[in-house]
Amino acid sequence: MEILNEVNIVMDAKSENESFARMVAAGFIARLDPTLAELNEVKTAVSEAVTNAVIHGYDSENLGKISLKLTLDSDNTVTIIISDNGKGISNIEEAMQPLYTSKPEMERSGMGFTVMEMFMDSTDVSSEKGLGTTITMTKKLRASGDE
Amino acid sequence: MGISLEKDNRVLIVKLDGDIDHHTVEKYKNRIDDEYEKNNCKHIIFDFGQVGFLDSSGIGMIIGRYKNTVQKNGKTAVAGMGECILRIYNMSGLSKIIDQYDSLSEAVEYIK
Repeated sequence: MEILNEVNIVMDAKSENESFARMVAAGFIARLDPTLAELNEVKTAVSEAVTNAVIHGYDSENLGKISLKLTLDSDNTVTIIISDNGKGISNIEEAMQPLYTSKPEMERSGMGFTVMEMFMDSTDVSSEKGLGTTITMTKKLRASGDE
Repeated sequence: MGISLEKDNRVLIVKLDGDIDHHTVEKYKNRIDDEYEKNNCKHIIFDFGQVGFLDSSGIGMIIGRYKNTVQKNGKTAVAGMGECILRIYNMSGLSKIIDQYDSLSEAVEYIK
């Protein structure tokens, strides 16, 4: 499988970059002529992952960086890697439980990982306490593209 | 601005537009709550007619306001959700406890 395109962006872990990250991901897959549903799924999954990094990775206070890496393979699969150097997740299994949230006082719905898993083909989380979290998601787009 | 608040008797109508995510929710939550308390409202209707994007932070915002209306024996309703937004809304299970209407006028009629 050949890599057709790759984009790497490093951004401040600010909430205003959540929409920026979504737009980058949407722009990245736009040339494949995705369906509206596919576009929305990718945007939502990216939004959830970046929001997690802003809120949980850095506790919304100690401003760090989030990196977004997008790769497009020749078989129409987009791979999205979102990572932070924040505090990490001590119990990934618990964090991925539907409706689990470590911040109920912030009205977090606890749906973030569930949404990523539902909207993407695969969602993989690796994390080390004190070092950060990396979320790797893939999705094969049905769209044929024009290239 | 992505939010406008109107009062119709004791119904607070929250009209949203643009993207509803963690960033915008943090700005909107307090405005909605302040208006709800200040005007002694009982019910809340969210109009999503102009909203193009909603993620789980937006779901959290609806849940929080729903809890406020329950405390006042009021109701919460949502209206005007497009296909993409309905998908995550239905996934959240909120559709089982909060009524959803095609249009704002239908929601207003029901809740009054």
